[in-house]
Amino acid sequence: MSTARSAAILLAKELRLEFRTRELLSATIVFALVIVVLFSFAFDPTAAESRRYGPGLLWISFLFAGSLMLNPSFARERLNDTMDALRMAPISPFAILSAKMLANFIFMSLVEAVLVPVFSVLYNVSLAGVVGQLILVLVLGTIGLTVTGTVFSAISSHARLRELLLPLLLLPILTPLLIAAVEATASLFVEGPELDRTWVTLLAGFDIVFLTASWLLCDYLIEE
Amino acid sequence: MPATSSTSRSGTSSVGISFAGIEKRFGSFFALRGISLQIHSGEFIALLGPNGAGKTTLLRIAALLAAPTRGKVQYTNSEHLVQPLDTPETKRQLGMVGHSTLLYDELTAAENLTLFAQLYGLGDVSVRVPNALETCGLGPRARSLVRTFSRGMRQRLAIARALLHGPRLLLLDEPAAGLDRQGLTWFSGTLERLRKDGCTVIMSTHARNESLDLASRAVVLAAGTVQDDSGEQGDPRPLLAALRADA
Repeated sequence: MSTARSAAILLAKELRLEFRTRELLSATIVFALVIVVLFSFAFDPTAAESRRYGPGLLWISFLFAGSLMLNPSFARERLNDTMDALRMAPISPFAILSAKMLANFIFMSLVEAVLVPVFSVLYNVSLAGVVGQLILVLVLGTIGLTVTGTVFSAISSHARLRELLLPLLLLPILTPLLIAAVEATASLFVEGPELDRTWVTLLAGFDIVFLTASWLLCDYLIEE
Repeated sequence: MPATSSTSRSGTSSVGISFAGIEKRFGSFFALRGISLQIHSGEFIALLGPNGAGKTTLLRIAALLAAPTRGKVQYTNSEHLVQPLDTPETKRQLGMVGHSTLLYDELTAAENLTLFAQLYGLGDVSVRVPNALETCGLGPRARSLVRTFSRGMRQRLAIARALLHGPRLLLLDEPAAGLDRQGLTWFSGTLERLRKDGCTVIMSTHARNESLDLASRAVVLAAGTVQDDSGEQGDPRPLLAALRADA
């Protein structure tokens, strides 16, 4: 069976499990909303301040939400040792990893779809005219966040202090991605917005590097 | 290693396995200390021994779920050595019932079996899955979430999942745990059918179990070593009787 077909079967399983329980999505959306709302009260931002601080706040919210969401990604396969059943199945390890990545990308995108309009209203940031470009930045940033987060979720799932370990591993690795995502987003929030292609290129490069690394290392990531 | 495969009544080749000097270490703890064992295709092995003897570790190595620290595992299939081990073709030959159920609690019984039928690329999933559920007595609960099942029902479903793709080497780690009398009868009948069909079975247990009467060979592990082995042509009954006396 092809890796794509196996990944599609496993992705359907991931989506069914999550939409049946809504454990990750509901907790993550509430958590991300709380962060954005709390910051809005703390700063009481004007439009100019929002343009200055908004991109950073937005991506910090995504990062915290992602840390919360990505942690159980592999950890919940430990409940009945279901990872053993997947590892015994005649499928590529990359199918297991990529299904998790795709599922996390979809969940994270849903969180962002809720969070960005709320952010726009609370922080008085107009998205008119930049929605398409903002979606491009969000997609590239989210790919990087979920690919890297899924890989480190696989690594940390065997550790006893995995809830602590994942952010410790993830945050330093994600620093270049966050800088690029914040700068690219900031270029869309200024007056006379124009997408900064340098940062977009860096985002795409980050995604390619980590996707390739995860493909090359998936055997080691999935093994015991 | 000599070829040791046979062909079953159904014409499907069976799988043999050999362990050569298998050592498994977890930090400074030796779970297995140089296990050498040749299991021929079609044999039904009762893997006996107390808790901590290394039975589960040996089965996990056989299932390709753990790598030995030292030593070599080899499979034989249709009179040929299987090389390399970790391929989809080899994995299709293996089935395992572990300590855990290897099932998703938040999926229904039918969804669990359908998932694994699809992953194994089986045909006729819409027929095969209901049949498997009926056979294990869970047909009426096909649409129930696994988390609502009793321990015995979960174990039946775990066994049905392991047998779904028709493995030729079946690895059973305390498979009778949680089964009631009816479940044990069904399980013994299933194992008997598999044995007649030439499937190689390695079943670990530390307690008495009706299915043990089907064993053609008994191997006793203790502290990570083979303490006793009735051998391929030997009589396993004295070792099984000793286990029953201990129980």
